[in-house]
Amino acid sequence: MSDASKQTSGTKPAAMAIPKGGFFKDKIEQGRYGPIFPKTPACYGFSILAKVIPGREERFYEYARNIEQAVAAQPDCLAVLKLHYLRWVLFPIKGDTYFMYQGIFDTDFDKYTEDAVNLFAATGLSTAFENLEGFPADWRTNAPAFVKFVREHQCPSFLEYGEYPYVSAEEIKKALRLKAAFSDMLDQMQ
Amino acid sequence: MLEFDDIQHILLMRVPALTGRYEFLSFRSATGGRTWLSAIREKVQSAAEVRASLEQEKRWVTVAFTWNGLRALGVDEASLATFPEEFRQGMVARAEMLGDTGANHPDNWVGGLTSPRLHAIVILFAGDEAERERCVTEHNKFIAQCRDVEVLSSLDLAAIPPFIYAHDHFGYRDRLSQPVIEGSGEVATPGSGAPLKPGEFILGYPDEAGPPAHLPQPEVLSRNGSYMAYRQLQEHVGRFREFLRQNAHTPEEQELLAAKLMGRWRSGAPLVLSPDKDDPTLAADPQRNNDFNYKEMDPQGYAVPLGSHARRMNPRDTAANMNRRRMIRRGATYGPQLPEEAPEDGLERGIAAFVICASLIRQFEFAQNVWANDRNFHELGNERDPVIGNQDGTLEFKIPKRPIRKKITGLPAFTTVRGGAYFFLPGIKALRYLASLGDVR
Repeated sequence: MSDASKQTSGTKPAAMAIPKGGFFKDKIEQGRYGPIFPKTPACYGFSILAKVIPGREERFYEYARNIEQAVAAQPDCLAVLKLHYLRWVLFPIKGDTYFMYQGIFDTDFDKYTEDAVNLFAATGLSTAFENLEGFPADWRTNAPAFVKFVREHQCPSFLEYGEYPYVSAEEIKKALRLKAAFSDMLDQMQ
Repeated sequence: MLEFDDIQHILLMRVPALTGRYEFLSFRSATGGRTWLSAIREKVQSAAEVRASLEQEKRWVTVAFTWNGLRALGVDEASLATFPEEFRQGMVARAEMLGDTGANHPDNWVGGLTSPRLHAIVILFAGDEAERERCVTEHNKFIAQCRDVEVLSSLDLAAIPPFIYAHDHFGYRDRLSQPVIEGSGEVATPGSGAPLKPGEFILGYPDEAGPPAHLPQPEVLSRNGSYMAYRQLQEHVGRFREFLRQNAHTPEEQELLAAKLMGRWRSGAPLVLSPDKDDPTLAADPQRNNDFNYKEMDPQGYAVPLGSHARRMNPRDTAANMNRRRMIRRGATYGPQLPEEAPEDGLERGIAAFVICASLIRQFEFAQNVWANDRNFHELGNERDPVIGNQDGTLEFKIPKRPIRKKITGLPAFTTVRGGAYFFLPGIKALRYLASLGDVR
């Protein structure tokens, strides 16, 4: 939990305006693969926008079904990404199809990059990225190239908001488990 | 099959040394550097040689180079560009990400290690003091004859008595958990995991992800080589003992607190297997002293706190892709022992160690950046590794305990980084290749 999160205890909504380029110049934190985008009231995240290779749109729908099945079969299969939410969007610009991959998560992407690359290979997430223009063909063995692609296609936010700022998914799940345990305890005392 | 006769011994073997010395060198000219290398490489032993002579041998020599050192020897720009970026940049440029800020900042490092003129390291491990002296004198004599080779600094090593097992100045037993390499002939002790593909540690072999890829060129230079991250860590023994006294009342409680910081008792006995009291017999039994996990045996950290050193540096079954994060550790202690009950004497003592791995960014830097220094590792909120993390007095250490955990605030820094560098550890043939770079071919 950051110092900022302690101030709000996670229950006071907060918004953060972010400078052009996505970084606060006086406090850029370095990660293994370069500067890390700042943590905001909406946690860490990325919004990757890239052009789909023409004619490959159908692959994305097929891929969506794969991910649905993978998570159903093994609910913790994406655990390493420390996610809150992921959103996959296809949209048209001047006759071309573009793909947006937007994630909100609790750890800066750099920290677990290689784990993410491994995971993508294992869960079939790769099949979506491989349909994007400029995605490195050797990404499985070349984490730096994968990271470069992600960084080059990242569109940083200029404003982020959190109704329960800085709270991690793990803390939310803990609170829900605690609530369930309390309910159970009260039931037992009837 | 591993090419034992082409791999420097340090990668595969731990030698029975009680003393030694590191020398950090700079080459003023390529020919000077190559002349020195041509002679010293005769002394560098492969794993095969050391295996055959372990009983008779009394000294073991390893040589490695920084990226600047490879350039200084005359490796061409095209080849230099094929080395990974983090190695090209060097440890100093990576300091902030590694947590080397504040007291650990490279501005405070010693021995000229931050200089771009740092080109090479010679690692001497010796069986005894006399042999160390003999080797140092011989090397000094040789260096004096070499034009254009300068010793930037050196560090004398010394094991700490009692010599029954290896331990650091804080008293923690070392060398209990090491990865085993497939094909090395070594047998993994229970709990140490299956042998790992050699490419995790040695360039040119398949790794846990598949066949070798993106190796530095030419192949003769990279094959059977590896990378070494060097760290000189000063250990503040007086401060450490004072901390134990202030935070625990009885000697038994102090011993338990020391164990909680590490994840093992100072004897080496794992807290998971012996949570309430020390067990030196267990500690000394390789069939049992590493045979545990965290996910099933200690998920909440009641035995081993989630933020303890051992649990951070090897989270075992509680981290993803552990096989891609393992590291080989080599090294030794330096400086005089601080006798028990003696007050802090202000003398420098500590550990001077190498992390050996095939990818600095994926293995060493990940461990340093995430496992040691991520304040929110395991959702801990405001902690870093209590032994090697960057501690500035503002962080805490939480010890899970029923009914209520113990939280220590304002944890002091027990260690300070005094130096560090990234080295490339060439194979034996690669040493010959480097030494002959200027020759007409």
